[in-house]
Amino acid sequence: MSEAIAAPRPQRTKTGLSLLVLAMVVSLGAFATAGFGLRGKPPRDIYMYGAILVAANVGAWLVIRLTARRADPVLFPVAALLGGLGLAMLYRLRPEVWVEQAVWLLVGLGVLAIVLLLIRDDRQLDAYTYTLGLVGVILLFLPVIPGVGREINGARLWVDVGGLSFQPAEFAKIFIVVFLASYLSSKRELLAAGSGRLGLPRVKDLGPLLLAWGASLAVLFLERDMGASLLFFGVFVVMVWVASGRPGYLLVGMVLFAAGAAIGYLAFSHVQLRVDYWLNALDPAKVHDIGYGQLAQGWFGMASGGLVGTGLGQGSPTLIPYVGSDFIFAAFGEELGMIGASGLLLLYLVLIGRGLRVAIERTDSFGKLLATGITTIFALQTFAIVGGVTRLIPLTGVPLPLVSYGGSSRVATYVMLALLLRVSAGPWERSRG
Amino acid sequence: MDRQIRRLGIALTLLFAVLFAQMAYVQVIAADRIKNDPANATRQIIAEYKVERGAILSQDGRVLAKSVKAKGSTDYLYERIYSEGPLYAAITGYYSRVYGRTALESSMNAYLSGEAPELAVSNFSDLVLGKPKKGGTVVTSIRTDLQEAAVRALGDLPGAVVAVDPGNGDVMAMVANPSYDPNLLSQGTADDMKEAWTAYNADPEKPMLSRAKDELYLPGSTFKIITTSAAFQHGYKPETTVKNPRVLDLPLTSGTLENFGGSLCNGGSATVTVAEAFKESCNVPFAQIGLDLGAKKMSDQAHAFGFCPTDPPEQTECIDPTLSFEVPFQVGRFPIPEYFVDNDPLLAFSAIGLDNVVTNPLHMALVGATIANGGTMYEPRLVREIRDPQGRVIRTFDPLKYGQPVSPNTADQVRQLMVSVVDGGTGYEAAIPGVVVAGKTGTATNGPGRNPNAWFVAFAPAGPNDVPQIAVAVIVLDGGDLGSEATGGRVAAPIAREVIAAFLRRSGG
Repeated sequence: MSEAIAAPRPQRTKTGLSLLVLAMVVSLGAFATAGFGLRGKPPRDIYMYGAILVAANVGAWLVIRLTARRADPVLFPVAALLGGLGLAMLYRLRPEVWVEQAVWLLVGLGVLAIVLLLIRDDRQLDAYTYTLGLVGVILLFLPVIPGVGREINGARLWVDVGGLSFQPAEFAKIFIVVFLASYLSSKRELLAAGSGRLGLPRVKDLGPLLLAWGASLAVLFLERDMGASLLFFGVFVVMVWVASGRPGYLLVGMVLFAAGAAIGYLAFSHVQLRVDYWLNALDPAKVHDIGYGQLAQGWFGMASGGLVGTGLGQGSPTLIPYVGSDFIFAAFGEELGMIGASGLLLLYLVLIGRGLRVAIERTDSFGKLLATGITTIFALQTFAIVGGVTRLIPLTGVPLPLVSYGGSSRVATYVMLALLLRVSAGPWERSRG
Repeated sequence: MDRQIRRLGIALTLLFAVLFAQMAYVQVIAADRIKNDPANATRQIIAEYKVERGAILSQDGRVLAKSVKAKGSTDYLYERIYSEGPLYAAITGYYSRVYGRTALESSMNAYLSGEAPELAVSNFSDLVLGKPKKGGTVVTSIRTDLQEAAVRALGDLPGAVVAVDPGNGDVMAMVANPSYDPNLLSQGTADDMKEAWTAYNADPEKPMLSRAKDELYLPGSTFKIITTSAAFQHGYKPETTVKNPRVLDLPLTSGTLENFGGSLCNGGSATVTVAEAFKESCNVPFAQIGLDLGAKKMSDQAHAFGFCPTDPPEQTECIDPTLSFEVPFQVGRFPIPEYFVDNDPLLAFSAIGLDNVVTNPLHMALVGATIANGGTMYEPRLVREIRDPQGRVIRTFDPLKYGQPVSPNTADQVRQLMVSVVDGGTGYEAAIPGVVVAGKTGTATNGPGRNPNAWFVAFAPAGPNDVPQIAVAVIVLDGGDLGSEATGGRVAAPIAREVIAAFLRRSGG
């Protein structure tokens, strides 16, 4: 059973603000350093950009203070720092899209404020369980619909709406996580009943798990989106396990995962190709092919960076194909070295740690599960892309949260951050009833 | 649920721990192996081009090569400029991101790129001050006034001129026609470089091989400096007489050996002194001297002058290395004694610089310098010192003695003979009023159907009490502007004279 935290948490305004100031200073410092490394002088727009970035972040922080007074003080500054570092790196890598990404960052902060203003209590969401779930599934499969979806780089992830294109899967994540939190919190008594000493779920309880498994395979097959497929299944299994408290679900989930991976590998040539890229990236006969060369260049970049890196703006990360999106972590590895890239990973670990702490502090299962689900998405996504870039696992093209190029993922991440902040603001002081 | 959430935290932390381990593998443990993968060449070249490479200077401070910020392209921060175009190409070489680097750009790369340990202090202070890394400056022995005089003297003639300082082996001028423009291989796009490279390689004149040092030619009569040295080292004196037939009947063959153009030596007297034969550059007496000395003494003397041993026809490359140089240098070659066993005719021809004896102007300038310097031979020196980016000298290169191929007495005797060549002998065109010039002509075949190559080897001032300041070797290929009428005395000697005169004017001598 959960421990109750009886006393209301102090607001810790000072902690939050000083961390935010630190995040801004480091972000702008990285931006200026990138300019120095590239051209020997700070970027032309640094004052204007600095003013806007600081104003937008402080504005968002004020909204958090006003609408979620007791929110976790560390989450937002860490996210702001990740966003600022990501933008500095994008400025260095792809100056031509930098302004656009800066605008998306502002949009993201705006959306974060709006979510916090609209949703004053996360339990509001608990009332729309199946509506949210339905929207999530629709969004997930929207790109498959002919005439709506668009295929880019072999994956069918995009949807055109009135001239704007976006990746609905990024938003589907949010709806599905909220749906799962709501659904599992109401059904957890049922799921918790298992049989046998291992706590294997009863066959009739396996329905939802098999459904999620099938949906993940469908995503893999119809949209060729290995990243989203893995992410959804991973989050689902983790949330079912946490909700039920039964390791059996984890066990069954892993078996299903292995089966799904085997089926995916045997059935889909694009999965086989991904695995071959991963295993043979440095094969001299293949290294000039982009699928292999991208992984090889990522490795070369990180190896050239070594322990301390070349310095921002002083390496050659632009040799890596898609360095702004999938491979931005390799650029950090090259220019800031293992030390800098480890620092970046530690920021994610802090985010994950705070997210899980929020889950523990909440006393209601909906809040717990929502915080757990959002945190798990951040964690699995970060692991998938960093593991892919470092060739620990085959590459699945998911964005590095808050850092990679990408409008949809940036906005969606801020929505999830807003929800996590909302969950962290309470009502954790509610009595255990 | 909290227990599961805590376990989830532990599991996610472990996942991240594996990421850290993988990063340590890629960025530290296996980093060297990964980044040295051949497929990563571009990144290494770009890194190299981020350093402001040091300049290559002449002895008098002219910038022969420097790096400037490239316009436009951000990948390659600097590009290499050779402000004098082809004039110093054989010395500086090129610095191309497509074709690598050659000559001093290659041999001095550790200094120019700033990688050399001597530059570590300067680099470190730059690092602390946040300044970009810079390479060191290479100061050469080349004198631009002399280089320009040499190129004027040679004009458009195919060939080469080399001037060295007899006292220390400094190469003061080294000019060759044709040459190539290192700018074309070092600047612009990869396609520009490929185009220039293709054109230069297709050119039958081989402009990227310097005729001063990379090619080898028969030395002809200039080799008599070495044959005479061998003779004086083994008891001959200038006044020693040798048989002087019009034609030398060669043992074992029906072939014969004649004087130049079938002429009479010393009016056809029965015998001739070594001195007279040298002054007129008679072939028959010197072939006879070579035969009388024998293969061993001839080979030993040539090898003592830095000619490397070969064993033709199988082994025409050097068996042992001899002289060293900071840029590629094909040293002269002379066969091992075994090559001449039972083959006297080859020895006779070798004694007058034919058959398998080959050399080039750089090596012959060093031979002349050795006579000028009283018999002490220096290795050629092209780099005098290295400076750090702040201008401090961080390394000097001392002159290197190669050896003592002849005694001071022999050197003095050969000097007198060479003075007589210019003073009324075959090399009279090299005479400069008021200065004693020593020289030796050579005219050697350049292959069937081609006009002869004209040689001149000289030094000055060469009076009994002078300390010679300059030794020069000139080769003009294919008869130069005189065609089949060309001789070393008529074509090459005037060029040597102009270079020496220009040098002495500048030195106030």
